[in-house]
Amino acid sequence: MISFLAKRLLEMIPTLLGITILSFLIIHLAPGKPTDVLTEMNPKITPEARERLEKYYGLDKPLYVQYGLWLKRIVKFDFGESFSTDRRPVIAKIWDTKQPLMDRRLFITIVINALSMLLIFLIAIPIGVFSATHQDSFADKVTTVTVFIGFAAPAFWLALLLMMLFGIQLGWLPISGLKSMDYDTLSFSGKVWDRAGHLILPVFISSFGGLAGLSRFMRGSMLEVIRQDYITAARAKGLREKEVVYRHALRNALLPIITLLGLAVPGLIGGSVIFENIFGIPGMGQLFYMSVMTRDYPLVMGILTIGAFLTLIGNLLADIGYMLADPRIRAK
Amino acid sequence: MFLFILISGCRQEPAGNGNQAVTAISDEPAYGDALVAGSIGEPSILIPMLAGDSASHDVAGLIFNGLVKYHTDLSVIGDLAESWDISADGLVITFHLRKGVKWFDGVEFTAEDIMFGYKTIIDEKTPTAYQEDYLQVEKAEVPDPHTFRVTYRKPFAPALTSWGSLVVLPKHLLEGRDITKTDFGRNPVGLGRYKLRNWTPGQEVILESNRDYFQGRPYIDRYIYRIIPDPATMFLELKAGGIDLMGLTPIQYTKQTDTRHFMENFRKFRYPVFAYTYLGFNLRHPFFKDKRVRQAIACAIDKKEIVDVVLFGLGKPATGPYVPDTWPYNPNVRTCGYDLGKAKELLNLAGWADRDGDGILEKDGSPFAFTILTNMGNSLRMNTATIIQRRLAKIGIKVDIRVLEWSTFINEFIDKRRFQAVILGWNIGLDPDQYDIWHSGKTKEKEFNFVGYNNPEVDELLEKGRRTFDMEERKKAYFRIQEILAEELPYIFLYVPDATPIIHVRFRGIKPSPIGISYNLERWYVPKALQRHAAMQP
Repeated sequence: MISFLAKRLLEMIPTLLGITILSFLIIHLAPGKPTDVLTEMNPKITPEARERLEKYYGLDKPLYVQYGLWLKRIVKFDFGESFSTDRRPVIAKIWDTKQPLMDRRLFITIVINALSMLLIFLIAIPIGVFSATHQDSFADKVTTVTVFIGFAAPAFWLALLLMMLFGIQLGWLPISGLKSMDYDTLSFSGKVWDRAGHLILPVFISSFGGLAGLSRFMRGSMLEVIRQDYITAARAKGLREKEVVYRHALRNALLPIITLLGLAVPGLIGGSVIFENIFGIPGMGQLFYMSVMTRDYPLVMGILTIGAFLTLIGNLLADIGYMLADPRIRAK
Repeated sequence: MFLFILISGCRQEPAGNGNQAVTAISDEPAYGDALVAGSIGEPSILIPMLAGDSASHDVAGLIFNGLVKYHTDLSVIGDLAESWDISADGLVITFHLRKGVKWFDGVEFTAEDIMFGYKTIIDEKTPTAYQEDYLQVEKAEVPDPHTFRVTYRKPFAPALTSWGSLVVLPKHLLEGRDITKTDFGRNPVGLGRYKLRNWTPGQEVILESNRDYFQGRPYIDRYIYRIIPDPATMFLELKAGGIDLMGLTPIQYTKQTDTRHFMENFRKFRYPVFAYTYLGFNLRHPFFKDKRVRQAIACAIDKKEIVDVVLFGLGKPATGPYVPDTWPYNPNVRTCGYDLGKAKELLNLAGWADRDGDGILEKDGSPFAFTILTNMGNSLRMNTATIIQRRLAKIGIKVDIRVLEWSTFINEFIDKRRFQAVILGWNIGLDPDQYDIWHSGKTKEKEFNFVGYNNPEVDELLEKGRRTFDMEERKKAYFRIQEILAEELPYIFLYVPDATPIIHVRFRGIKPSPIGISYNLERWYVPKALQRHAAMQP
């Protein structure tokens, strides 16, 4: 077990390196430079001033030198300084220790994603089981159509419709942001409720699209297990259907789901870019979008590296989870 | 950088009936309440000389003042400077500073602070995009703490207004430190109307009024800058009462805010932006070398139609690179108007004719087909391109439209001159100097005469216009430039759009002017009975 883990951790290093090289190349190949915000279409800028700015950011050096310099810093866990005009350290933008924990970008994104992942599992697994045990019934077809509508509906469109319904027509929920204007004057429970209210729509939107994939997967996995001989044996033994399904079938059908958990991380990070912008949530996704738009290379690289690292960790956790859950794999 | 935010020629929309009912309660100016403004972008740094984005300049503009500013009639008036003298030869400007102005920390503002700002902006090591105007200075002196004198190598008319807020920095706090390495940019000490109270990244910037502001304490206690990246979300927030002030799009202004709710709760304003949108030709291209072809295209485009359809009427057709009803604007330039007959005639004269009957003109065997490029994310420009495409088809010119991501557009097409025609816009300053856009010496890569315009008379007039402080002389030069541009048409000037902000009706004291509404922010107020946000905790 230990040697397996060590091996997996070591394997992560070249993977991570490969990811950073690719990311670095792609973002530098995109037209535009971080100095554009100061120089683009600004008649007051002279060629000398442009050169001076590029030199200031080290953009005059060849690409491999720039990558080398970046890598040298990154092994010391130094993500460097942002190229935006404020020149703050990248790490301070992602994880600002001057802000309370709940206002740090990485924390916000992780919390919302964890909540929506939880919601996806809580809803999708029962739907999948239900669909499998009531295969081809009318109810199965209704749930299938519903989750596929969720899968197909554009998140930004659905978000705006819900904002109009709950934020304006009914006035139940806040429209955007993470907290209300009068947050500081609220009591403790008021603060908790305020935060929770702001999270309802974003968490719902970010999980709605994920329901289809997981519930269909669960349905397929369940159908496969139900046809196995041991289920027939359990039924033959005279066990009640409930026990057959939930004790014997479900446990085995859940195994492949663990793999999906690890694979879901990059998709969730990508989804954050969209819903964080719509809801005005100051998380990593929004920061990533802004940094790409301004070609803020160190910040883009910092976020991609953290995202890649989280993905690899997710995969590793999935492997470990698999080992814990399935004795057959442990034995190997 | 007031150049980019100031706006002119205001017109106020009538407010709804609810407004009058409210007015009856009490209209006394009172201190208190908060103004929440919505913004798509987040400020990056609050040191004006280092900032590049408009959000940073907007917020920094509340914290810092300049030596001079624009009056509502577009003349230059003193701000931190009480008055100034310009020597007869136009080379020396002496500013006499206001006494008793204090930085937020209580230290008095003096000419040494301006000197420090000037030295910082011309410093090699300062990553600023705005040093060009200051490099023209030969000598800067501080004869006494309340006098600042600059000497130029050549008279330079735009120089006076360059002494705005870009160079105002507290020397006592920053001397000997690298301003890019301090936290001053996120925690600035200024002397303006508002001071920074709290900044939550990605969410909001809260400013509180400067009670010791040298023009008097602002009535509104807090100015809150809320960051909402999605424009549709921002509009919903406005509707739900989450923000008080935002800029509307033409369709929001004319259609979506037409309801009773908006009429009763909000006031809309409308005034021209200091900007224009144009169709620019690559003058090196064989099609467009001939002036008659450009004139023909101008005759075939109905600018009024573009304003009515694309802007929902919220703008004016442009005849030159200046905003109508401002002093450099020449109202008498000759334009073709919409005249298809004349367009066809001009094209015939230039040798273009439809010889094979396919509906497209030919000359020397090549059909008249070209591509208009414009940037993504600006639906106004895309719609304009579509209308032009349809209009030009009527005179036998086939137009394709290509929409490109901004950075790609600029770096790969504009800078490399790989375009036939473009639809773009310029923000123009309040000073009429446009040397960089029209002078024939400004055609190198990354420079702004990218269409390749070259006219010795215009070159001379541009030089003349920026070397004299005499308003009449300047006016003459710029009037003549507009006549030449209208004749030669390196660009077809399409329209000057209107700014269309909307603000909650409880705010009073807003006096629309040719430079917009925000110039007298410190005099806006909310009557006591209508205040919405509780008093600020000290």
